[in-house]
Amino acid sequence: MTQLLLFNVTNGLIIGAFYVLMALGLSLILNLSNVINFAHGGFLVIGGYIAYTITPYVGFWGALLVAPPLTAVIGLVVERVLIRPLYGRDPLYSLLLTFGMAFIIEDGTRFIWGPQGKPVTIPAFLAQPLSNDLFFITGYRLFMVAVVMIAVALLFLLLRHTRLGIRIRAGTLDLETVAALGINVQMLRSLNFAVGIYLAGLSGVLAAGQLGLEPTMGTGLLMPSFIAIIVGGIGSLPGTLVGGLLIGVASGLTAVFLPAASEAVIYVMMAVVLLLRPRGLFGEEGMMS
Amino acid sequence: MSAVQTRKLIVLAAIWATLLLAPYWMIPLGGYTALATRVLVLGLAAMSVNFLLGFTGVLSFGHAAYFGLGAYGAGLTLKFLAPSTPLALVLGMLLGGLCGAILGTLIVRRRGVYFAMVTIAFGQVFYYIAFQWSSLTGGDDGLRGFSRQPIDLGLFKLDILSNANNFYYFVLFCFALVAGAMAFILRSPFGRTMIAIRENERRARFLGIPVERHIWIAFTLSCFFMGFAGALYALVNNFADPRGLHYSQSGDFVMMAVMGGMRSFWGPLLGAAVFVVLQDYLSSITVNWMSFVGLLFVLVVLFFPRGLLGFLQRSKA
Repeated sequence: MTQLLLFNVTNGLIIGAFYVLMALGLSLILNLSNVINFAHGGFLVIGGYIAYTITPYVGFWGALLVAPPLTAVIGLVVERVLIRPLYGRDPLYSLLLTFGMAFIIEDGTRFIWGPQGKPVTIPAFLAQPLSNDLFFITGYRLFMVAVVMIAVALLFLLLRHTRLGIRIRAGTLDLETVAALGINVQMLRSLNFAVGIYLAGLSGVLAAGQLGLEPTMGTGLLMPSFIAIIVGGIGSLPGTLVGGLLIGVASGLTAVFLPAASEAVIYVMMAVVLLLRPRGLFGEEGMMS
Repeated sequence: MSAVQTRKLIVLAAIWATLLLAPYWMIPLGGYTALATRVLVLGLAAMSVNFLLGFTGVLSFGHAAYFGLGAYGAGLTLKFLAPSTPLALVLGMLLGGLCGAILGTLIVRRRGVYFAMVTIAFGQVFYYIAFQWSSLTGGDDGLRGFSRQPIDLGLFKLDILSNANNFYYFVLFCFALVAGAMAFILRSPFGRTMIAIRENERRARFLGIPVERHIWIAFTLSCFFMGFAGALYALVNNFADPRGLHYSQSGDFVMMAVMGGMRSFWGPLLGAAVFVVLQDYLSSITVNWMSFVGLLFVLVVLFFPRGLLGFLQRSKA
């Protein structure tokens, strides 16, 4: 029983780490640009497939380094060409646009790489379980969690200590004033979008090593990431971090006792949070309205 | 009567004449009656979404849930409760509307993108319930094993199951009822208030209008309409599909409304007609129809944000 419990909690934490990476990217874009990026899962898939394509040439480590920035570049182009014209308009339009793009990306990856799942080879030493008792903790899973932790730490350092990060945070609070101070807001939005997509690409590479690749894999991760944001509190990145881990563990634990409800439980958590604390766990008053 | 009023009457008469004669002009054009019925039902759903989106200015992206609930409500009624088509319609509408009313209280204080996010997430709750509760809903396979029943009109029974034309006119009758109710509400003082909230929420609040309560009522009403449309859709297919509750279906409805023209009453019906016919055609000629639908979304957003009717009115002016 202890082992089963531990197994599911670990699983939950690892899934939660994915949610966190996805949700942080979504949250960055939502906070600064007021765009719900429905195509975020699509960018995750693109990151994964880029890694799959270049692994034979550069190896897994090369893919881990190269695929996320490439994804971010694609994201940058998309932002420039398609999303930028919509900033002044009702958020409905960017929502519909990214929604349509999610279709195109899913169908496009299926067209290019085929509907069958693709494996990404990970280095042999990472694929080993660490011990016989804890068979489920493979080196790769630990490695994944470590990468997510490093990425999150770097993101928070970026936001706190670099000029770009400080501008992003200021823009989240009051974009008009930031613009009035002579900062190029368009550029800021582009860079912020690229950072968000970089995180999606990174989670794509990591997910590819663990779960294999399928054109539909991004869609499944999108909804929990939304909920992570709502539970943690819209507008708060630490909230998103906590929210993602929380719903990951909660669905892992529920899988032990009531497997059928493991997906429903995160929605229940969201409803409870919205009832008791409408702004979310770490949200600031007034951010959500 | 002023010229504007006359023109409005002529347009209205033309719309109803087109709808009434649809089974006769569709077939020579290569359509089929069932396609017209589907356009009518999905158009009604898109009009219900637009009741909220276009006239109250609130972006719900989870309305498919209430559509799907209506469908399951109607299906379960016919399968387990009583073989009565009107009862199925009423119970389906109630299921969608009441669930909407309850969730509406949680959602109503959010605005803009946050409203959209929370509605999407709550909509998915019902999707998972329909998907997981296999013993009742049939799970992934959907709810089968029911069919629409003849309508008992006292003197004779109207066969709507095997006669496609009869069924079309039955749906058109239902459509007229709901569209009439919508138009009536929009012309009432309450409807004017909805539009006032859309135009300037802060000013409406300063005028003493309880904005949250109005949005909640508008949300609930549109969920009732949505549930009714969903119940009709279950009758169209004799089948209820869990994917009918999924947020991608909500996206389709919003798209129909935007493509037709959000600011007009009939726009969403036009949008639904274009969308349904296009999807029907694309899925018959290519397996990559999803890309084309996605491309349609992107193109409409970038080049026709006011929709077809908005575009026509603009170029006329």
